[in-house]
Amino acid sequence: MARTESAGMVAGPDIVSGPATTAGQPPRRRGLRKRIELTVLLAPPLLLFTGFVIVPIVFAAWYSLYNWSGYGPLSDFVGLQNYRGVLSGPVFQQSLLHNVIIAVLTLVIQLPISIGLALLLNRRMRGRSFLRLAVFTPYVLSEATTAVMWLLLLQPGNFVDALLKAAGLGSLVHQWLASTSLVLYTLFVVITWKFIGFGIVLLLAGLQGVPAELREAAAIDGATPWQATRRVTLPLLGPTIRIWIFLSVIGSLQLFDVVWIMTAGGPANASSTMVTYLIFNGVQRTEFGYGAAVSVVLFVISFVFALAYQQFVLRRDTTGAVTRAVG
Amino acid sequence: MTHMRCNRTVAAIAVAAATAVAVAACSSGSSGGGTNNSSSGGKVTLTWWHNGNTQPLEGTWQQVANAYHAANPKVSFSIDPIQNEQFQTKMPLALKSANPPDIFQQWGGGNEATQLPSGKLENLGPYVSSWISELGSAAAGWQVNGQQYGVPYDQHVVGFWYRKDLFAKAGISSPPTTVAQLESDDTKLKAHGVAPIAIGSKDKWPDAFWWEYFAVRECSTSDLQQAVKSVKFSAPCFTKATSDLTAFMKTSPFQTAFLSTAAQTGAGSSAGMVANGQAAMELQGDWETTVIPALTSNKNIVAELGWFPFPSVPGGQGTPSTVLGGGDGFSCTTVAPEPACADFLKYVDSTPVQEKLVTQADVGLPANHSAEAVLSNPALKTAAQAHDSASYVATYFDIALPTNTGLALDAAIANFFAGKGSNQAIINSVSSSSGH
Repeated sequence: MARTESAGMVAGPDIVSGPATTAGQPPRRRGLRKRIELTVLLAPPLLLFTGFVIVPIVFAAWYSLYNWSGYGPLSDFVGLQNYRGVLSGPVFQQSLLHNVIIAVLTLVIQLPISIGLALLLNRRMRGRSFLRLAVFTPYVLSEATTAVMWLLLLQPGNFVDALLKAAGLGSLVHQWLASTSLVLYTLFVVITWKFIGFGIVLLLAGLQGVPAELREAAAIDGATPWQATRRVTLPLLGPTIRIWIFLSVIGSLQLFDVVWIMTAGGPANASSTMVTYLIFNGVQRTEFGYGAAVSVVLFVISFVFALAYQQFVLRRDTTGAVTRAVG
Repeated sequence: MTHMRCNRTVAAIAVAAATAVAVAACSSGSSGGGTNNSSSGGKVTLTWWHNGNTQPLEGTWQQVANAYHAANPKVSFSIDPIQNEQFQTKMPLALKSANPPDIFQQWGGGNEATQLPSGKLENLGPYVSSWISELGSAAAGWQVNGQQYGVPYDQHVVGFWYRKDLFAKAGISSPPTTVAQLESDDTKLKAHGVAPIAIGSKDKWPDAFWWEYFAVRECSTSDLQQAVKSVKFSAPCFTKATSDLTAFMKTSPFQTAFLSTAAQTGAGSSAGMVANGQAAMELQGDWETTVIPALTSNKNIVAELGWFPFPSVPGGQGTPSTVLGGGDGFSCTTVAPEPACADFLKYVDSTPVQEKLVTQADVGLPANHSAEAVLSNPALKTAAQAHDSASYVATYFDIALPTNTGLALDAAIANFFAGKGSNQAIINSVSSSSGH
């Protein structure tokens, strides 16, 4: 799936300005027209991208070299001191660890559940549309709504506790958001509830690209349903799964809204993430220089992951597409 | 929701859009900028940023501006009610720009000191010297280095708000005056199935009130002043405060799962627990009377509340009448047309306007004591008396200290409440340069 999309994206401009549409025109005019087209089509997005992505990044990097409260001129140049503070700070390290834990849990728990449910929902069965809708509903809610809703459900003695007690599981009632050892995992459950629908829909789309004939052929060759799934369906679902992993890890690294509303990173930083750390130390404490350093570190971590993932994992999904389009 | 404390919890949602706020602040320069240049024929327009973005304060400020304009036709207003937390990101940008607002929300103390390097805060001293003494010691909270860069319009005092009915049920005839009495009252209340004390630890600053009040009781006034001035809590009395807090917390006075309880949002918040009778008392500011009615269907709730000051600790060096408090105010910027701006602040602090703020906008205690006569709630009157008769009003430390260290202190105390901190961590949070 990803392959076809990439091919289309890369091939697009070439087709538009290709020989078929410009046949008969002298080469110079063709070159001019191509340049005008490129300018007209690319200038607005480039301008926006530069103004709202590149320039802020450059500014953040610049501010991060200063001890700056946001007031007065940038005069207190401190070099890399902010970065040393960020990287050696125990709370930042703890926050980074929390992001990594969420990312790992996402891969280990959310992914298998998503695949399982997607395979299930891909079968013909009664009420399939309703079930698909049901699993996707939480994803439609905004993160703030999700957080406020779960905050209420998880209040001591409220819905979740009452439900457990009614089910005879009263011993499982815990201080879901107040326990420093439990809070991160409580949040993970909420995040899973919220985002699992997205994974399932993505995988369902991927499953539409798996030809039914292949499974039938496998069955004729004597493969059990599990073997057919394991050897035929899952490998063909690979590109979709790899994209899902990419989005999930980046999302885990930038986790903020749900955490901020439900716990604000507490108690005692037990659920802090890199971004809650950034908001508290950069914005609320008005240490904008320091906050800029945190944002640069967060950017570098996400960017390095993105590049490495593109290079080593997604490459096989896109390389063929690119060569075919160019060649 | 008229003051910083009230609105802090709203940050949860507001800060989610922190970057958007920053962008919005950039783009609002044209509408929010100072407009002293627009003066013609002596006519001026004052651009005013206040945090009364909800009723009744928003409407009250509009009426105040209209009335001032009617009496001074040459002064008009361009008012931007701004959500409280947005000031955090808007003010740095606004004070960097060439056209900041003429008047803006100011909490004084370290917050004001943090803004001073911008060079955009007007020294109001020459304009207000003739009348500022009417506000008494309250105005000192808006001074930096002895200069008046802001003026308060209301004041706050922190103390215990309690349910008189629950105290009576537990057989407590009068509020405690010592910590030992408070502890024994807690035991009585627990026996009656209510949480003795509710606390909103999720928001951190309610935790800080506890440590700060123990410090206020343990430390002499000069120790307190010196600590804030030097940003060092090295005096032994601060360590004693931590010991007091440790001993007090061992008696488990707070509600179950208090670490995840918010202070003011929803019925499950600490204020909500008092409102609904699940907890008997809460250490909170005088704004409790405006927060609590929204959290219960009991129309009579405010009348059922009583107030008492933080109890004394044995051997403490603090003057018993000292209270912890703060307030809200305004600053003028250097681009503001003077004397119009300062004169308007004088008008805001005049008795009729102050009375209007108290009766109509529930701002708490007026900055001008002469308006206290209109306070109707007996508990609030008790709080006001405690405030007025205080030998010293210690500003909440997170506001008194520079913003970065003040919030580091809050966080260190909150960690301590969660069992993850230490006395040393609290002391160091303000001493170390970063506190991250």
